[in-house]
Order: sequence, then structure tokens, then C-alpha cells
Amino acid sequence: MEFSYTIYIALIPFAVFVINGLFGSKIKESFTGYLGVAGMVVATYLSYFTAYHYFFKVGKAVDGAYQKVIGFNMEWLRFTESLHIDIGVLLDPISVMMLVVITTISLMVHIYSLGYMKGDKGYSRFFAFLSLFTFSMLGLVVATNIFQMYMFWELVGLSSYLLIAHYYQKPSAVAASKKAFIVTRFADLGFLIGILILSYLTGTFDFNILCNPEGPAFMQSSSAVFLGLSTMGWALILIFMGGAGKSAMFPFHIWLPDAMEGPTPVSALIHAATMVVAGVFLIARLFPIFAIVAPNALEVVAVIGGFSSIFAAVIACTQTDIKRILAFSTMSQIGYMMLALGVSGYGAEAGLGFMASMFHLFTHAMFKALLFLGAGAIIHAIHTNNLSEMGNLRKYMPITHITFLIACLAISGIPPFAGFFSKDEILVAAYNHNQIYFWVEWIVAGLTAFYMFRLYFGIFWGKEKKYEHTPHEAPFSMTFPLIFLAIASAIVGFIPFSNFVTSDGLPFDIQMHWEIALPSIGIAIFGIIVAFVFYKKESDLPNRAVASFGSFYKYALNKFYFDELYLFVAKKVIFKRFSSPIAWFDRHIIDATMDGVATITNYIALKIKGLQSGQLQQYASVFVSGVLLLIVIFIYLISV
Amino acid sequence: MIEGISIHHILTVTTIMFFIGAYGFLTRKNLITMLMSIELVLNAVNINFVAFNKYLYPENMQGHFFSMFIIGIAAAEAAVAIAIIINIYRNIHSIDVEDIEQMKY
Amino acid sequence: METIIFYILSLVILVFSVLTVTTKKILRAAVYLLFVLGATAGIYFMFNYNFLAAVQLTVYAGGIVVLIIFSILLTHQINTDLDKINIKKIALGIISSGLGIFLVLSTLNNHHFEASNKQATDSTIHGIGRALLSYSDNGYILPFEVISVLLLATMIGAIIIAKKVEE
Repeated sequence: MEFSYTIYIALIPFAVFVINGLFGSKIKESFTGYLGVAGMVVATYLSYFTAYHYFFKVGKAVDGAYQKVIGFNMEWLRFTESLHIDIGVLLDPISVMMLVVITTISLMVHIYSLGYMKGDKGYSRFFAFLSLFTFSMLGLVVATNIFQMYMFWELVGLSSYLLIAHYYQKPSAVAASKKAFIVTRFADLGFLIGILILSYLTGTFDFNILCNPEGPAFMQSSSAVFLGLSTMGWALILIFMGGAGKSAMFPFHIWLPDAMEGPTPVSALIHAATMVVAGVFLIARLFPIFAIVAPNALEVVAVIGGFSSIFAAVIACTQTDIKRILAFSTMSQIGYMMLALGVSGYGAEAGLGFMASMFHLFTHAMFKALLFLGAGAIIHAIHTNNLSEMGNLRKYMPITHITFLIACLAISGIPPFAGFFSKDEILVAAYNHNQIYFWVEWIVAGLTAFYMFRLYFGIFWGKEKKYEHTPHEAPFSMTFPLIFLAIASAIVGFIPFSNFVTSDGLPFDIQMHWEIALPSIGIAIFGIIVAFVFYKKESDLPNRAVASFGSFYKYALNKFYFDELYLFVAKKVIFKRFSSPIAWFDRHIIDATMDGVATITNYIALKIKGLQSGQLQQYASVFVSGVLLLIVIFIYLISV
Repeated sequence: MIEGISIHHILTVTTIMFFIGAYGFLTRKNLITMLMSIELVLNAVNINFVAFNKYLYPENMQGHFFSMFIIGIAAAEAAVAIAIIINIYRNIHSIDVEDIEQMKY
Repeated sequence: METIIFYILSLVILVFSVLTVTTKKILRAAVYLLFVLGATAGIYFMFNYNFLAAVQLTVYAGGIVVLIIFSILLTHQINTDLDKINIKKIALGIISSGLGIFLVLSTLNNHHFEASNKQATDSTIHGIGRALLSYSDNGYILPFEVISVLLLATMIGAIIIAKKVEE
């Protein structure tokens, strides 16, 4: 088959994982890192080649739309004639784009980790899990059916768990990994139920059939109605629940900030660029069903995305841990993508939001990975995460400084950096759909610029703090990915994305909407100026601003007490009101019944144990007595 | 056929002999004396066989042969029993039946 | 005359049986057993079963009793008095044996045995030998062979069981 080589994009990282995982302790440590990088170089080359091959050579069908190509397929479990689980590679614009994003970021993170993790105790383990993650994520995006996607979905959750707990001696890292796993698992419960309902209604797992506008999914639109929504709508909302869990959307966002306990390259790869956008990818993959069959469900996606974006942006303004600021920023940006999907319609021009979402996913992966890797370089240099212990680092770390600045400009949406173009498209799509969304996102754009430049000025300007030793620029293995990603962040915005990735495969052209772009640039610059005034020099302006916000600031600083709320619900309500009575019932009624049976048996056994004394003569006398008794019975009592 | 002696006389003697053997088996502690009690029981049964043969079915020899085979088997049984007793004695330095209770579990 | 001899033999059997199971010295018990076996052989003689009586004397009195005496010697029991048996056990033994004797004898006395008047068959050694080796209806060649195999197996088994285990 033409694209059969694409299976190796996923299999090469898997092979690296197997080698590093099984023999990591046997072979030389540095070799495991180089092996990981080499594997990623090959996979990256292959995915770039695939992208070229697909977009420019063979992807287009006769009518000019990009078609779905099955690169490789293998039947794995067959239930009925139409319902079977396959393992395969599905190539379409979004999966090819994701292949490029994942392999690029993963390669950069691998190279970066060569320097960042040097001397770490779990060096080979780290690289093994990194490869496992890359494999799972690639398997996820090329999934041909929703069940394969679900399996790899869980695999990325697992590798995320393993990597967050990389420093497993630290109790906080272990707690964070458990939290991430349990919260996403809980959300995946909804995903699984959604899959079951969906496959029950349509009789298939296959994306090609599911997303086909003439397919069985679209015949279901008039099916049973439950609580005002069709069954299909509920199935899709449940599937979105899984996506919201993985993408840290409100109300499943609580795990993402804690996940920053993992090593910084992991945060860059998993919790910024790739895994957390899996939820967006999931919605995008099922987009035709969402858009046509259940617009209500899509509205839910938009509301959740919009709320998450402003919610996270507000919190991000108050945090002091630089990685947590970035984590909330990630959540906010993913909210953007979700919102863009939610406001989109199906079709070329109407599907602007879809295209904008994918575009933002693409650019966001670049600049957010860059931000995390830059933060990693800073943490590497001065061994702290705390913003208040940083200042005036620009003269020590020039490369980090410049690349970080580029990333900040990109995320703030300043032209001509990448973020401007994608964010602009999202705003246009929101504006066309509903003005409320537009104004919310407009405010979020300002907040984004503010908190990113608060971070920037706080780290690189301001008063110089006392450092344990003089900070130094990171080694080349770490600065190379920074430079590469900075260049990418600067230029990827010029890619005519709408020519490649659209909701129905048909390319279209977009125009610049300056009437929308200008206000967004304006508020971004306003945010930057506020940050400049507040944080460029030491001043008491921030404190006065805090005072004027009063208790609202306190709520935001404590992330609106969601962790506490969940703990309260889990401990006081679920554990105390439901679990402990059930546990009591189990222990005192069910267990006690079984214990009673055992006790009685035991008691009887103890009583009759004496019969089995081992004394031969006792047995003999019982035998003789028995015989005599039989004689009496049979000769004198019965046969009279 | 013994002149003047009915089969009841013989059976009475062997019955008493049988139960004396049984009594010995139930009360003696020493394995060898228990074995002797078993020999008494066997003898009582042997005499019974011969008496039945002689008094009731003199035209056949079954009782006679049965007794003969019982004697042969008794010899075999005694040999094996004594081998076991000696082995037990070697292992636990006692041939007291009350000490042999390992096999109860 | 025969009646008197039978009574004497019966008396010997019963008295020495009781002594066998009650005496304190184990070697004496063996000797008393020898008397019982001898008296039994006497009864066989009275039945005119001479061959059986001879077998009884050689195998039982000659073989088994000697074997028992050997085992007494091997287990160093020759001089020790047997342990006192507790009264409960004796009572149990006497009660069950007495009850057994009573039951069996009363059953026997209520039962009438039809004594046969048919001619006794040949019980000479010649006839016995023929019967043992014959495979006609009244032949005993099969049990004879089986018991020979049994004796061989017993011999091997007894040796295996009793031989010293190599440490």
C-alpha cells in the first residue's frame, strides 16, 4: 500500500521503548538517550515525508477535497459483521498534522532532555517512558476507529502518570501522578460509556463510517430523547467528558497544575503540546457528527471551552510558580481551541472555527513547548520554580531570554508571530457565531498578554536576586530546541492552513479580518503595557492592584478552591455518606455471615477432632461395639 | 466327628476363645501382645471352619483347605507385622500402641 | 474317652488364652500362646485331620511363635514387665467381650445345626496333595499358587520394611 510505511512512525518509538525499558540497566546510560533521539529523528523524517506525500502528492481526491486514506489496517477483534475492532493507520489532514506536531515536539524534547536530565538517576527509565508516550500519542492520532483511539488514550494517560511520577521519591510527585491518573480515568469513564452508546446506535467503531455524512450515525438524529437531548447527543457529551478530562477543561482541570511536579521536558511534551490537546483532537475527529447530529453537544463544548479559558486566565494572573502559570495558560489556550470547535459549523467557510482550532493547536504546540523548555532552562540554571526568587536573568541567559520573548509575543497574539494568526481566526469564528464568546475571548487575550509578560518581566527584568551560584546559559543540547522552536513560533503563522486542514477536507482561502484583529492586538498591547508598568521595575503597583481586587484575588490565588471543593465532596459526602455505610454493611453483615459459617465449621471440627485420635485400640473398640450393635439390631430387633 | 461332642460344644469354646482374643486386642498396649491376641482370634476361626466342615459337610474338604490357607496367610501376616514392629521400634524406641499416633493427621 | 480328652483340650485352650492376654511377662505370654496352639492342634487330631494338625504345629507353633519370640528379643522387651493397663480400658474390654460372648452363644443355642451323616471324604496326605494340585472342580491349584506368590511378596516386603535404612 502506498502509505504502509506510516505504521513505522509509531512502531519506531515503541521499539525504542522496548529496548530502553528492558535493557536500559544493561546498556550504557548515555546510549539510551541517543537511541531515543535517533529513533525520533527517523520518526520525524517519516512523518514529514508523510505530510509532504499526503498534502502535495496524493491526498487530494478528484473534487479537490483531502480524502481519508487508510495506510495500514489489521482486524483485531470481531464482534459482528460490521462491529469489529481494528488496529490501523488513518491518514487525513488532522492526523497528518498531528503526526508532524507530535514528532517535532517529541524530537525537540528528546534532544532537550539529553542536557536537562543529564546525571539523573532515572535517565534511561525517563527516555524509555518518553518513547512509550510518543508511541501512544502517535497511535492515538492515527487511530482508524474509536476503540483503538480509546486504547491509546489510556496508554497516554498511563505514560503521563509514569512520567509525572518520575521523581517518585517525592511524595508530592506521587500524589500529583495519582491525581492526574484518577481524574482523567474518571473522565474516561464517560468516554467509554459514550463509545458504547455510540457504537450501539451506529453498529460500528470505524471513524470512516461514523464521520460519513451518509453513514448510520446521521440516521440516528431522530432517536430517543432523554432530558431534552437525543441519545446521540448524550453519547457525544459523554465522549466530550473524556476529552475534557484529558484536556484539563473545567471541571476536570485540577490535575494539570499538579502535574507540573514532573520533569520540565515532560511538562512541555505531554502537558502542553500533545497529550492535553488529545481532547481537542477527539472532538475534531468526531466533528462531523457533533456538527450535524448534535449541535447542542457542540454548544456544550463551546461553553466549557470559553469558561475554562477565562477561568484559567484569571488564575494564571495570580500564581507565582512559573510552571503553574504556564499550566493555567495551557488550560486557557485549550479552552480557546475547544471554543473554536464549539462555534464552528460543518463545511468550508462555515468550518472556519474547526480550521482555526487546528491551526491554534499547531501554533500553540510550538510556542507553548518553547515556553516550557525555556522555563526548564531557567529552572535548570537557578534551581527554583518561584517567580519571586527570579529577576534580571537576561544578561546571564541571552538565548533563553530572546526565545522566551518570542514565545510570549506569539502567545499574546502580536503579529507577525504565529499565535496572532491562529487566535485571530478563532476570534473571527467566535464573532460570527455569538458575540458573547467573542468578548469573553477578547478579554482572555488581554489577560493572556498580561500574565505572560508578568512572567517575562518577572524573570528577565526587575531587581536581581541572590542566586546560589551565578546563573549560566544552558548547554547546546538545550538551547538548540529553544532556537528551533523559536523560529517555528515566529514563522508557522504564515502557513496557509486553510488550504490543508478543514472540516470537510475542501480547502478554502481566508481573509484577514482587520476589524477583529485590531481590537485584539490593542488589548494584547494594553496587557503588555500594564505588565511593563507593574513588573519592569520594582513598584508597589501590583500590591495596590491586589488590594483593589480584595477577596477576588484571594479566590483566584487559591484557584477558586476547586481542589478543596472536590476533596470536600469526595471525603465528606461520598466517603462518609455513601462509602462508609457500604463498607460497614460489607464488614458487619456480609463478612460476618461468611465468618459465622467458618466459625461454626471450625467449632464442629474442634469438637469431632477427638474421634480421630490415632489410637488404634480406640478405633478397634468402636469397631467391636459397632459390630455388636449390628448383631443386636439385625438378629434381635428386626428379624423377630 | 468326635464321639459325644456336639458342634455346640466346639462353637462355645471357639467363641470364648475369639472374644478372649478380642479382649486382648482391646486392652494390651504392647504391639507384640496385640499380635498374639490376633493369633488367638485366627485360631478360633480356624477351629470353627474345621468343625463346620467335619460336622455339617463331611463329604467336602473346603473348611479344611480354608484353614490351611488361613494358616499360610497368618504366617505371612505375622512376618510383615513383626517387620513393621521392628521398624517402629527402631524409629521411636517404643512398641507401645499409644505412642503410635503420627498417622492421625 | 474322647469326650474327656476334648474337655481337657478345651480347658487348656481357654485357660491359656486368658493367661496369654493377661500375663505381665511378655515371654510368658508367648509360651502360653504356644500351649493354646498346641491344644488346637490336638483338636485337629481329634477330627482326624492329621495333615492340618501337623501344619498347625509346624507353621504356628514352630514358626510364628518363634518369630514372635525373636521380635521380643529384638525389641528388648524380654525382662520388662508390661505396663499396668488402666481400669477403664479393662472394663471396656470385659464388657464388650462379655456382651459378645453372650450374644453369640445365645444365638448359637437357639440355632439347630443339621448334622450330616454322609461319608467323610479321604483326608489322607495323598488325597490332600491331589486336591491341592488338581484343577478340577474340587481342586485348589489357584489359591495354592496365589498363596505361594503372596508368601514370596511377604518375604520381600518384610525384608524391605525391616532392613536398616541407610543414613
